[in-house]
Amino acid sequence: MKPFGYSRATDATDAVRLAVEGEAKFLGGGTNLVDLMRETIEQPSHLIDVTGLSSIIDEHADGGLTIGAAARNTTVAEHRAVRNNYPVLAAAVLAGASAQIRNMATVGGNLLQRTRCTYFYDTEGSRCNKRRPGQGCDAIGGHNRNHAILGASPACVATHPSDMCIALAALDAVVQLQGPDGIRAVPMTDFHRLPGEHPEVETVLHPGELVTAVEVPALPPGVRSAYRKVRDRSSYAFALVSVAAVLRVEDGRIADVRVALGGVALKPWRARTAEQTLIGGPATEAAFRSAAAAELTAAVPLRDNAFKVEIATRTMTAVLLYLVGGVQ
Amino acid sequence: MINGVAVEIPADPRVSLLDFLRETLNLHGTKKGCNQGACGACTVLVDGERIVSCLALAAQYDQREVTTIEGLGGQHPLQAAIVEHDGLQCGYCTPGQICSAIGMLAELERGVPSHLTADLTADTLEVSNDEFRERMSGNLCRCGAHNGIIAAITATYAPPTPG
Repeated sequence: MKPFGYSRATDATDAVRLAVEGEAKFLGGGTNLVDLMRETIEQPSHLIDVTGLSSIIDEHADGGLTIGAAARNTTVAEHRAVRNNYPVLAAAVLAGASAQIRNMATVGGNLLQRTRCTYFYDTEGSRCNKRRPGQGCDAIGGHNRNHAILGASPACVATHPSDMCIALAALDAVVQLQGPDGIRAVPMTDFHRLPGEHPEVETVLHPGELVTAVEVPALPPGVRSAYRKVRDRSSYAFALVSVAAVLRVEDGRIADVRVALGGVALKPWRARTAEQTLIGGPATEAAFRSAAAAELTAAVPLRDNAFKVEIATRTMTAVLLYLVGGVQ
Repeated sequence: MINGVAVEIPADPRVSLLDFLRETLNLHGTKKGCNQGACGACTVLVDGERIVSCLALAAQYDQREVTTIEGLGGQHPLQAAIVEHDGLQCGYCTPGQICSAIGMLAELERGVPSHLTADLTADTLEVSNDEFRERMSGNLCRCGAHNGIIAAITATYAPPTPG
């Protein structure tokens, strides 16, 4: 990797100030960035270590949480308030990576890991519009079993591999940012961009902006939530398909339903069509299956990943059924 | 601090903790398997928590207490158990397995759940063969000594005393 400077920020304001000197990147646990730097895919001239920023999980009176961006994945998964009130979030974190990586990786870094694929990593042999805008995408006509069926463009078919982000999308989390122009908040579902013609731009961050915290709104009583991950191995593998679901049923009708899909899209995918189909209706297997199918009608299978359409339909149905106490 | 000894972190921030241990400090026990965080052979303990040292920049760890396989001094019961239960063949993954298992047992004692934890709200965690395998899934063994490794961990694990 090319030489770079290294600074340790004392707080968010200090980090933002340090980032003004061009081509700086914020460094969390390093579990994605250090790897990408070693592969020469990322080449910052300066790293600003933000692991000393807030790692606290603050519990609000209404039950909501503010999670400091420097909180490690393991810290989030083991926290009592997360386990008791947001099991979908704890389960999603525990389904990701390995224990060693979960101990190092930060919440901020998890949000900002690259949307990526094997062709993105193949700097010597493959064309990639993220690495070299306009170069082309060899995944589209290549080995694309692990690639996206939703949200793709002719420029990119990679998936955002985070599990945590899928749960945060289903929970309507809000990302807190601080930058040269001040403080702002962006809903999790708006934080990541679809590729369009510029797959190299993956988030709505302005230059020099830092993720400082993630707010998870309180859930009303009676909500159940779950995360399910379908993959080739039973551990330490990316999702082929994953589902985060939040559900509340009142008097036999669906009062609240939020579903997010992982492993299938260019960004954490809220299943809005399925949700609109389900809300106010019965909580039956037939309704779940019909809604899932409606969501997946937008799917565009590639040569090798058409199986994901059926798996996503079945998994969404199964998770919703599980949440109403039916057979998994 | 590395194994209780204060050391000066390299001036070049590109140096990984793994390379610092092996190339600068001549602590060759920690191994470089994949150099991309996928195999776990480089696992060390930082303030008692297991990390993959290949993705760690040495510069980030100057205030932390790092323990490598050498730092165990051959005295940890798991080390004898690995030998007794045939938990190795070539030995390349072994230092990482041992450090990872020690970190894993500490996580278990602390109450960290796993992907297999059926009830995340429960006060106690289930301990089983499957649980150990899941918690050790970040450490690969190409020789296939997993059964011996899990047997060694099982033999070493002591349930917390109630009260």
